[in-house]
Amino acid sequence: MGLALLLLIWLITVVSTLCFFVKTWWMPAGASAATGWIDHQFALTFIIMGIVFVAAQMSLGYIVWRYRETKSSRPVAYSHGNTTLEVIWTGLTTILFIGLNLMGSSVWASQRYPLDQPDPSAVQVEVTGMQFAWYFRYPGPDGTYGKTKPSLMDPSAGNEAAIGLDTSDAAAKDDVVTGTMYLPVNREVDLSLRSVDVIHSFFVPNLRFKQDAVPGLNIHMHFHPTQIGEYEIACAELCGLGHYKMHGKVHVVSQEEFDKWLAAREAEKQ
Amino acid sequence: MVAMEGGHAHAPQGFIRKYIFSTDHKVIGIQYFFLALTAVFVGMFLSLLMRIHLIWPQAVLPLVGAIKPEQYLALLTMHGTIMVFFVLTTAPQGGFGNYFLPIQIGAPDMAFPVINMLSFWTTFVGFVVILAAFFVTGGAPLHGWTGYPPMSALQSAGPGEALGADLWITSIAIFCLASLMGALNFITTTLDLRAKGMTMMRMPLTVWSWFITAILGLLAFGVLLSAGILLLMDRNLGTSFYVPLVVVNGQVLGHKGGSPLLWQHLFWFFGHPEVYIAILPGMGVTSQILSTFSRKPIFGYKAMVYAMLAIGFFGFMVWGHHMFMSGMSPYSAFAFSVLTMCIGVPSAIKTFNWLGTMLHGRLRFHTPMLYAIGFVSLFVSGGLSGPFLAQPVLDIQLHDTYFVVGHFHLIMGVAAIFGIFAATYYWFPKMFGRMMNETWGRIHFFLTLAGTYAIFMPMHYLGIAGQTRRYSQFTEVAYQAKLVPLQTFMTYAAFVTIAAQFIFVVNLFWSLFKGEKATDNPWEATTLEWTTATPPPHDNFGGVTPVVHNGPYEYGVPGAKKDYVMQTDPAGVAAH
Repeated sequence: MGLALLLLIWLITVVSTLCFFVKTWWMPAGASAATGWIDHQFALTFIIMGIVFVAAQMSLGYIVWRYRETKSSRPVAYSHGNTTLEVIWTGLTTILFIGLNLMGSSVWASQRYPLDQPDPSAVQVEVTGMQFAWYFRYPGPDGTYGKTKPSLMDPSAGNEAAIGLDTSDAAAKDDVVTGTMYLPVNREVDLSLRSVDVIHSFFVPNLRFKQDAVPGLNIHMHFHPTQIGEYEIACAELCGLGHYKMHGKVHVVSQEEFDKWLAAREAEKQ
Repeated sequence: MVAMEGGHAHAPQGFIRKYIFSTDHKVIGIQYFFLALTAVFVGMFLSLLMRIHLIWPQAVLPLVGAIKPEQYLALLTMHGTIMVFFVLTTAPQGGFGNYFLPIQIGAPDMAFPVINMLSFWTTFVGFVVILAAFFVTGGAPLHGWTGYPPMSALQSAGPGEALGADLWITSIAIFCLASLMGALNFITTTLDLRAKGMTMMRMPLTVWSWFITAILGLLAFGVLLSAGILLLMDRNLGTSFYVPLVVVNGQVLGHKGGSPLLWQHLFWFFGHPEVYIAILPGMGVTSQILSTFSRKPIFGYKAMVYAMLAIGFFGFMVWGHHMFMSGMSPYSAFAFSVLTMCIGVPSAIKTFNWLGTMLHGRLRFHTPMLYAIGFVSLFVSGGLSGPFLAQPVLDIQLHDTYFVVGHFHLIMGVAAIFGIFAATYYWFPKMFGRMMNETWGRIHFFLTLAGTYAIFMPMHYLGIAGQTRRYSQFTEVAYQAKLVPLQTFMTYAAFVTIAAQFIFVVNLFWSLFKGEKATDNPWEATTLEWTTATPPPHDNFGGVTPVVHNGPYEYGVPGAKKDYVMQTDPAGVAAH
């Protein structure tokens, strides 16, 4: 019985660890400035936890086999524990866990703390989530988003009408609303995230970006795409029966291509 | 306590007073156990339907028919709610805690037997109410067990969000009431009814775990109850606690000014301690069993007690780690993250001490011991994904993916269930006077351990690859479609694991009637429940009040006649 336990626990440990290491199922290639830090912190955590996982499971398997009761078993060591050992492993785990955490915190701070205002040259995009679509708004040449009104929202009409753009507002005239996101490469993105009905979550695995869109809040985030490509958006917060198909695309393109695309959208509006 | 003495001199005679509306904590414990057993099979059946739908969305199933995407969401909501409340909270605490806490401290019953009965029947009503949600127009709600508003607060947010959602939140509110009554009873009983000589530091670790769980329950369920009442008001009375101005499908609804994040704070202020409510009794029973079947005192008894207290304490300060992506201030994430890592420390202490208990022991592999060892393995595996999720920066990738689903299933789902299995195999002889079948117990264990790892370990790979949770189909998003083969593997693993659970049920019922007769102390254990008759008489100790002389885990004492010294043995343990 002890041997069977040892074999099963060791087998589970080895197979689980190997499946991590072959990386058949792994994070998609990163395409934003945050990729380096996030992936580094993930790798660090992964290695440390991996070592602890293998060590703990292997010792568990070994101990249950080694100390199984047999006819020749020695009498047990009568002991209620060892305070020195308790202090040592409490100290070590505290240092390990808190240390790991502090390293990660600086990465988080650089990602999310609005310590430095976004680059004034950042491209502004407003993302609106609604059951079950994403809409992207660009403020146009005036650099200002026009007003939207809840009473004007008409999801079945799509784009401008879906987010309730108030066309009587002068600032709204040049606003472009689309169902696909275009971003210029190597330029800061100043993102405003909103939702009109329930909570959604804007998740772009390749860009290492995730943030809930919450009704009643306008959440500002900034990030920096570094690779040209086409990336998928998946809604990551349960939002209703169509949650699984609330997805979209981010096209990260060159500045010229982005300008051309935006100009074409503006032209369509006139 | 005076009133209780009179009430307990004689056992009630009528069938209804004896078995249905009984105030005997042992009968109530068994009632809770069978309620949880029913609930776990309902919950497991729902998960089976979910696994089938994920792989074969077009399948038309007998009795159920074809499952629509919204029905998948109803299944996951009900699976989560039933499992968390009516299984993981009910079986370890309501079931085994009720039955064995009074006996292990040498008390004739709980401090408030009538409240104890009321607490069970209130739980039962809660269970009936939640099941009813399946049968009303629109069916069960879609909003997940966490029920985030505005979705859960709006009748028009989807099918199931009408009457089904009202029944769902009402059931939870009823459950909260029942748990508050239970918690009060457990705390009072532990503080006031301990036998002579049963000092706090001589209490078995199981008693400590039920006691701390009760304190967590008392503080947490009150908050959920209030939050639930506010949600009911938002849903039916037009208030706007959780709902700002929203436009659902082009319709401007009448709410304004509420905060969806308020619910998340209140819910997780309950929800995180709830994780420990589910797992602490499992830790207690694992400690008890590892010591008994290693024939060695528990390694670091005091450290184990302090670790559980620390887990309970920190458990109330980490709720924000569920909300790193919610739009909460990114500054507060730092505090929640550090405090969450702090919980890793007492958890690690417990693991070291379990290994230390087995080291240099003489391990006897009866089924309860196998499950306790399985608990340790699962606790390590489920626990080590915690430090990933505790870091906000890694949650950017992992939050709301299958990584989270794998993490909490391994630790608060499967590990806690292993605690329940360990407790069942361990205490079955005392509760029913017969032994469970060992061979089938072992087969059940090996299939369940291998099976649960096969289901839940791959979820971590899926999560790293970005597979979002609560999707009824993976075919819509291209990068997720590539992950379907692994999902298929998990579904097959679920078939095997679920089939294996029937071995357990058959063994349980067969042993109930045909099992080998149990002696009073079949495991040669030391705590008070093994000093009394099997099954124990109505007043637990047959008119004798036990006097305690020793700590709970005196095994392998040098110079003692046997390799264990009962807690009541007046000869005692010289050195202690």
